[in-house]
Amino acid sequence: MSDHITLHVARYRPEKASETTFDAFELPCPKEWVVLDGLNHIKDRMDGTLSYRWSCRMGICGSCGMLVNGEPKLACATFLSDYAPGPVRVEPLRNFPVIRDLVVEMGDFMSKLTRIKPWIVRQVEKPLSDGEYRQTPGELDEYKQFSMCINCMLCYSACPIYGLDPHFIGPAAIALAQRYNLDSRDEGAAERMQILSEHDGIWGCTFVGECTKVCPKHVDPAGAIQRYKLQSAVEWVKAFVLPRAAQ
Amino acid sequence: MYARRPIEPLLWLFFSAGGVMAALFFPAILFLFGIAFPLGWLAPPNYDHLLAVVSHPLTRLVLLGVCSLSLFHWAHRFRYTLYDGLQIKHLNESINAICYGGAVLGTLTAAYLLWKVP
Amino acid sequence: MRHNAVYTPYHPRWHRTRVSTYWWLGRWSYFLFILRELSSIFVAWVVIYLLVLVAAVSKSAVRYQQFLDWSRNPFMLSLNILSLLFIVLHAVTWFNLAPQAMVVHVGGRRLPGSLIAISNYAGLVAVSIVILGLLLIRW
Ligand code: SF4
Ligand code: FES
Repeated sequence: MSDHITLHVARYRPEKASETTFDAFELPCPKEWVVLDGLNHIKDRMDGTLSYRWSCRMGICGSCGMLVNGEPKLACATFLSDYAPGPVRVEPLRNFPVIRDLVVEMGDFMSKLTRIKPWIVRQVEKPLSDGEYRQTPGELDEYKQFSMCINCMLCYSACPIYGLDPHFIGPAAIALAQRYNLDSRDEGAAERMQILSEHDGIWGCTFVGECTKVCPKHVDPAGAIQRYKLQSAVEWVKAFVLPRAAQ
Repeated sequence: MYARRPIEPLLWLFFSAGGVMAALFFPAILFLFGIAFPLGWLAPPNYDHLLAVVSHPLTRLVLLGVCSLSLFHWAHRFRYTLYDGLQIKHLNESINAICYGGAVLGTLTAAYLLWKVP
Repeated sequence: MRHNAVYTPYHPRWHRTRVSTYWWLGRWSYFLFILRELSSIFVAWVVIYLLVLVAAVSKSAVRYQQFLDWSRNPFMLSLNILSLLFIVLHAVTWFNLAPQAMVVHVGGRRLPGSLIAISNYAGLVAVSIVILGLLLIRW
């Protein structure tokens, strides 16, 4: 096994060129290095102008998402040695506008996230003196999987539907809506259903399933969306059979 | 705001039910009538036997359900395949008309044919 | 930030790529997805084929024999073999994906997904046996 690896890193410098180009960097490749270590090495020793996002370097902040050989990956959780002897192609996340090099514009995702009200909604807040809202471990298990999302947007990058139709609200936002719907303390399911049962909500999804495959946190957004469809359909039937009760 | 589509959950329900029907019934039916009988691997049922099976009211009912739901399954899936695979969302209206219209027409045909079984 | 903001159309410094019409050719998993979606065409074909059979049977024994002869012609045979492949693809993907869409609770416990998939296949076997029994066993 060679102890060096070549990285082909996508460069987009709007002040210089209107197209993306690739720069090749030859790096050492110790077995404990992840792609992010490689990028940091480039930035520190080879080319200080390389731009990319990162923070926690441990798969928690969700800011280092990028394409590694075409696959959406967390740069801090993808070992370089798995790709030796290379070359490895590193590109910005697919389906988002690129601001510079590996940095994408994520405003669209952020505004979609707020649309689904990712917080606990109560019809009536109980007074502080009544104490906390309690929950059993079983109730926690109902939504725990969906609460693991770190907003890394890998699922958006893997989703062809989002690429085709940027209005589609997308995997993580729907999974997070489900995370709060399934929370025993939450009462906002009806409000979220209003938003998500629109055409650009859950119905745009055709269950390609790629979002679930690339998710580094095993959130299973594809499953969340299908469950949402089922729930919405059941409610539709209920409202049809018992128009009064549904109101 | 986006147009509301209150009918979408129902279409999806038909799509799903049709998917289940097709997955449960069609492998055996197609294997027999499409491959095993034509190739002589198995002897096809004789006419009286088959007629007796098909003309039973329960068979007819099941067949109607299976045919109709499977057609709605096709309509829904095919519609989205056209949308996404060919990026022709602007032909929206006509695609919808052809797909779901086809499924309704197919259902009526199936009902008629199954009704006419002696 | 606009509330239902998709990106503002004018932002000359952002680099945007467009999804190709043939995006589903680029990756094996996307291609498999398109095949799965195209299986719906064959589902529709089986319905038509089945209805032709029903129409023939309700007419006469001669028509039924004609149907059987027709099904033997090489074109029909290849079409049906291809269809069966797609139907099997449909059935397998459908049954395997079902646990993701369905969460079943029994007695307050969540059933494991594998159990849902297995019960789907059990259903397939049961239905197939009934069909085979109805058509092949003389009663
Ligand atoms: S669902 Fe998974 S892939 Fe999508 S943003 Fe959350 S953690 Fe990332
Ligand atoms: S740097 Fe925080 S997730 Fe990778």
